[in-house]
Amino acid sequence: MKRLLVVENLEKRYEDLGETGTQEVLALQGVSFSIERHSMLALVGESGSGKSTLALCVACLERPTSGSIQFNGHEITALDRKQLRAMRPKIQMVFQDPARSLNPRFCALEIVGEPLLVQGRLGKREREDRARMLLAQVGISQEKALQTTAEFSGGQRQRLAIARALALEPELLILDEALSALDCSVQAKIANLLLELQSSLGLTYLFITHDLTMAAHLADKIAVMEQGRIVEQGVAGKVLRTPDHEVTRRLIAATPRMAAAAYVPQAV
Amino acid sequence: MALLLEVQDLHIAYCSRAKKVSALDGISFDVRPGETLGVLGESGSGKSTLASALLRLLPGNAEIQYGAVLFEGLDLLRVESRALERIRGARIALIFQEPSLALHPTLRIGEQISDVLASHQALSRQALREKTLRILEEVFPVEPARIANSYPHQLSGGQQQRVLIAQAIACGPSLIVADEPTASLDPTTQKEVLSLFQALREKFNLSLILITHNPALLTGLADRVLVLYAGRIAEIGPTEEVLTFPQHPYTRALLECLPGRHDEQATGSKPMLPIISGEAPNLAALAGGCRFESRCEGRMELCIQREPAAVAVSEAHEVSCFKYGG
Repeated sequence: MKRLLVVENLEKRYEDLGETGTQEVLALQGVSFSIERHSMLALVGESGSGKSTLALCVACLERPTSGSIQFNGHEITALDRKQLRAMRPKIQMVFQDPARSLNPRFCALEIVGEPLLVQGRLGKREREDRARMLLAQVGISQEKALQTTAEFSGGQRQRLAIARALALEPELLILDEALSALDCSVQAKIANLLLELQSSLGLTYLFITHDLTMAAHLADKIAVMEQGRIVEQGVAGKVLRTPDHEVTRRLIAATPRMAAAAYVPQAV
Repeated sequence: MALLLEVQDLHIAYCSRAKKVSALDGISFDVRPGETLGVLGESGSGKSTLASALLRLLPGNAEIQYGAVLFEGLDLLRVESRALERIRGARIALIFQEPSLALHPTLRIGEQISDVLASHQALSRQALREKTLRILEEVFPVEPARIANSYPHQLSGGQQQRVLIAQAIACGPSLIVADEPTASLDPTTQKEVLSLFQALREKFNLSLILITHNPALLTGLADRVLVLYAGRIAEIGPTEEVLTFPQHPYTRALLECLPGRHDEQATGSKPMLPIISGEAPNLAALAGGCRFESRCEGRMELCIQREPAAVAVSEAHEVSCFKYGG
């Protein structure tokens, strides 16, 4: 099967207890898209456009009000607890701020090994071996295996978060603004790591981002969201070169045009 | 032209019982009236230490070892605290990184602006209320009264950032220091906030120090860029010159690792981005040579022996690298 994830006509309503009584908020409406295996879809849009809600629905952390999400051909919107537990390892998330998404009292090995513990996979010994292998996979040296996150830099913490997400051998990795809290030079390293892992492990990515330039660099396809709807989607280069929708044009116009882009490395 | 701010050979270290870690080591630069200076630096470069030092808001374990910060001729590092209170928040304002953390969660916006005014000016309640609305109007032309009555949680991130800007301009400062003011905003909102800075700067002839890790923000906004690396100035010069013809190996490497400059192929192979190998040096254990030496592709023998001094490569463009003399 070529398509790993197929989302059809997804809708999510929240009840908002506002000053004027209970109001219904339509966080997602009529959202349809698919992601091909081993590819990356970038989800862009302004704050509040519904990107994160969509990610939570795909990760089975929120139940959509209606619509369908098929993962590997299986409907995942109506699973019971036991089925969810079996499903979740396949879809993992990496969050924006590694400083807040990692347990500060755990050492690197514990952080990376915890998903295996939660899922009751492997014995203590094997778990540690697997955790060490994961650390190596994301480029963290073995001497750091017993250090807590306070001793890691921002980029290294994000590597840990990625290693933890990989622990259960997922097929789909959801990256929720996973690069935006990092310095530019560190973003480049993590972006490269994502590409490496994609080719070595055959990963599929859903990349939520504000950064159109990074989306253009990494993604195969782009979907643009506004007010809970996907207003435009297609091949990344095409959408960004010839945007059809006003929102896409607005996002492109707001992306700082770089004088830096004019700088071409020259021989010294 | 007279200088508004002059930072002279600033050295700041953080002390713990065991050791001293130098955060800023010999920083000198100036800001002219009405000028926007971009400070470009990554984590650990000392950019936030610099922001705090300018207003003497450093944490208790920071030690000002040497240097001066002259603002309108007065050394802020040595002036007595009552005189400093009159400058801080009134003549120089600081805008913090995370707007949701910088506002009081249970006070209405109007009150939070009035508080700033009241602490610097003796105004009647009526005058205070009117002035608060006038200031809010500068950043929310459409509905200042509604915003004044709102609580922070009722506002979006972009609106909260506008409130911080309103607080900053409330007392008519001549300098605003903004530390990553748009880091948490989406591109559209980011652009709005940056244009607001631009507009206010022209209207009130403000000087602005814009601290960021993102070089893209500075294009078209900053007059000059100061590139900070591991507590020292790597390069300083006119924005266009520095970002288009970077001279310091660090600035070059940093600009090269930005996406979107290499490939524009529609699909197919996605090339790796160039990276700066290694990590920034441990400031607690500096070896004594150039701080970028271990990561620099053009390193020479000289680079491990001592630190390079700033060399002028053109009229207003200085680089600290032995390639240019140092």
